[in-house]
Amino acid sequence: MHGPDDPLLQVRDLRTWFLTDAGPVRAVDGVSFDLRRGETLGIVGESGSGKSVCAKSIMRLLEEPARIVGGSVTFRGRDLATLDEEAIREVRGRDIAMVFQDPMTSLNPVLRIARQLVEAMTAHGRFTAAAARARALALLGRMGVPAPARAVRSYPHQYSGGMRQRVMLAMGVSNEPALLIADEPTTALDVTIQAQILELLRGLNADLGTAVILISHDLGVIANLCSRVLVMYAGEVVEEGSPEALLGDPRHPYTWALLNAAPRLDAATEGRRLTTIEGQPPDPRAWPEGCRFRARCPFAVARCAEHPALLPVGPGRASRCWVTQGGGALLTPARPRPAAPPPPAEAEPLLVLSGVAKHFALPREGVFAPRRILRAVDGVDLVVRRGETVGLVGESGCGKSTLARLVTRLHEPTAGSIRFAGQDITHLPQAAIRPLRRRMQMIFQDPYGSLNPRMAVGEILAGPLLLHGIVADRAAAARRVAELLDIVNLPARAAARFPHEFSGGQRQRISIARALALQPDLVVADEPVSALDVNIQAQIINLMVELQDRFGLTYLFIAHDLAVMRHVCDRIVVLYLGKVMEVAPAEALFRAPLHPYTRTLIAAVPVPDPALERGRRSAPLPGEPPNPISPPQGCRFVTRCPLAQPICREVEPALRADGRGGAVACHLAEPAVAGAGPG
Amino acid sequence: MSATALPAVATPGQRWRRRYGLAAFGGGVILAWVLAALAAPWIAPYPPDFVDVAARLRPPSAAHWLGTDTLGRDVLSRVVHGARVSLSVGFVVVLLGALFGTLVGAVAAYAGRWAEEAMMRLTDLVFCFPPIILAMAIAAALGIGTANTCIAMLVVWWPKFARLARSLVLAQRNLEYVEAARSIGFPPSHILLRQILPNALGPLIVLVTLDLGNAILVFAGLSFLGLGTIPPTAEWGAMVGEGRQLVQQWWVATFPGLAILTVVMGFNFVGDGLRDWLDPHARTR
Repeated sequence: MHGPDDPLLQVRDLRTWFLTDAGPVRAVDGVSFDLRRGETLGIVGESGSGKSVCAKSIMRLLEEPARIVGGSVTFRGRDLATLDEEAIREVRGRDIAMVFQDPMTSLNPVLRIARQLVEAMTAHGRFTAAAARARALALLGRMGVPAPARAVRSYPHQYSGGMRQRVMLAMGVSNEPALLIADEPTTALDVTIQAQILELLRGLNADLGTAVILISHDLGVIANLCSRVLVMYAGEVVEEGSPEALLGDPRHPYTWALLNAAPRLDAATEGRRLTTIEGQPPDPRAWPEGCRFRARCPFAVARCAEHPALLPVGPGRASRCWVTQGGGALLTPARPRPAAPPPPAEAEPLLVLSGVAKHFALPREGVFAPRRILRAVDGVDLVVRRGETVGLVGESGCGKSTLARLVTRLHEPTAGSIRFAGQDITHLPQAAIRPLRRRMQMIFQDPYGSLNPRMAVGEILAGPLLLHGIVADRAAAARRVAELLDIVNLPARAAARFPHEFSGGQRQRISIARALALQPDLVVADEPVSALDVNIQAQIINLMVELQDRFGLTYLFIAHDLAVMRHVCDRIVVLYLGKVMEVAPAEALFRAPLHPYTRTLIAAVPVPDPALERGRRSAPLPGEPPNPISPPQGCRFVTRCPLAQPICREVEPALRADGRGGAVACHLAEPAVAGAGPG
Repeated sequence: MSATALPAVATPGQRWRRRYGLAAFGGGVILAWVLAALAAPWIAPYPPDFVDVAARLRPPSAAHWLGTDTLGRDVLSRVVHGARVSLSVGFVVVLLGALFGTLVGAVAAYAGRWAEEAMMRLTDLVFCFPPIILAMAIAAALGIGTANTCIAMLVVWWPKFARLARSLVLAQRNLEYVEAARSIGFPPSHILLRQILPNALGPLIVLVTLDLGNAILVFAGLSFLGLGTIPPTAEWGAMVGEGRQLVQQWWVATFPGLAILTVVMGFNFVGDGLRDWLDPHARTR
């Protein structure tokens, strides 16, 4: 029988395949691991590595054509892989609970939160309806949902993503499961909310003794929470160990690559090129013979033609690699020092925004209700000089994407003025802007939505060339398309293919090629790398940096990832609720942030360094951004600011020069206060 | 390691038959009718309006495979010729209706604001009338005749396409590729017609196919009521109408009725197959 010292969960040689028409896709292909009671295990890997399928296999949440074709999942002495449907339903929710990535869709939109929580508890017969109701209130309170009594009567759409994730967590732990599986629970959330949810997960693990399997692509998140890490690649575990060991001294080249491809917030200032590995993950229908990472591995040796087993490489750690079997470490690549500082500013900036605002009128709630105004952007001043990379950073809803669309005049500003290359474009009609479009182009976030699926890549790239008369005829357009594809490192034959035939990273290259087709001066990049895996992200960043050098481009770069921002930007603008909170050179901003919001943003980013993450005990920034329909009086940040003073509630601070080439909008950010901040 | 116990997977041929077998059958039926309509003058044993009063109301026989009607006209010849009328009316009404409706709906969705309000409220207005009653009124006002009936049907036919096209364009309009096209500087007409519409075409084609049978049925219904074609013309609905009181002479109404049934069924099967084929969710199963 199952003893108290046996592992809670024992996965042995688990194989989950998708039995598709075109042959089996071996998504999980021989995964083994143990999980002790109360342990926190992290699983990392890029998309398609099999980490989510692995988690779903444990709970048998598999949809046709996915099937467990081999191996066992022993949980408290029972093999879940072979239980019948009824028995596995008993386990789900009661013994093992799961929290998914998308808090927007994992709650049922037509049922009140109370009912969903109560049903989750009464379904297993452990609680009566009345007891479940009381417990629901207690749990929501524990999860930090304000006013639980009101919350349970609400519908999911009345809550933000972070709040819904709290409700999901409450539902997950409601039956006191022994194991909670969290599949990318914070990926869809802003960084300050992510910090709150991670803190909550850590607390649940510590207080209730719930074992946690945390699946993430973010090594920082894993380092923040987990006591042991599995790295998955191509359906297999390639490395296993403590986060300290794995992140400090990776023994598998894939872990090494993951670690080095991500820009880091805690590293010293570095050059703009990131270390990347070549190529794409292999095709899961036909995993390569031998080591599955061999084709991309910079350390590969002759023996790698033989498939390595997961063998111990030290106390408590194992790696699936021939190269490190001898005990050697993989050398850390030198992060190059930054090149010379950017050239001095020119006389006339390329882009000048002053007092730009965009208000969207929302439909009235009732016939006599006042018209509501969404102040997406509310008075932004910004100067972008030629050859510079300016970053716009902020949480969702801060207006950064709206600002990008104002700059490119996809939207017309409500107030203020925009000058581009010396010309006032604030209210130019679309026909008058068309010739200017040559000089400012956009790169979009969604590599799947930003290319027309019905057009071949050649057509997509030739369209702008022919429209603006840059090439004389179709033959010349075809030649230029081939050149453009070459610039973004895609083969010329890509022109004849359709977007769905490419991976996310390749599509983003096509998107960049389209933006470059018109040889613009300014490229507005709206979250160009947010949807990409870390290695692909590094490749795209390297490409963008290289293109900037080569063509003298000016970037307005929008992202929510501060590490990426710090890496690529010369200057950074921090937005909150449609207002600029702080502008500063990137290096100064991260070294000595002046605005309390900037400081909390930076502090909330998890870094892949367990020592640092464990040492971090400052409570994350509480609360959520207020509704931009009714922003707070005075300073916009006052409702969440840890330093707020009476004056902050009354007077809105102006953006003042801070004497180091930037500006800050805070009453309290005097040099003295700045000196007292983390530095 | 025992990956040997994999379940038997259906062969591609079996899967194809299971998924598209009915559609292929429907397509075959439609194809047969189209060929028969095109070749009507050559394959029909008699001219469609050849009256032989001596041979009236004969049951099916070697001389008249499907019998004769009250005027002694050969039912087989009239059914084959009737296919020309029914199929061409069906195609004309649905294709023109789809073209107009799609343009209205797509422009409304892309333009937004008051233009959308105006166009969609007009659509709603037409939708309010029961289509057959409105078509009857229009047909009665314009006078009886195939062309007039087509016009009457067109007036009530386009709104469903307008609604579908609007919803499809709305779903596409906020995708980033549309923003990309705007930021490159393409004019709105190009964006709507060349970028968005090709992506919205799939469901529209399915609706067109399913609707062809429907249009043929409505036209037959109007003819049955005496509003479709002018009498000597061979038309299925009118033939059923003429034969409806002849209980003993079942063949007069039955065969044109069967013709309507098979054509409508054929279009429905093809439409269902197309929908499955265009729906990626259904396809991966």
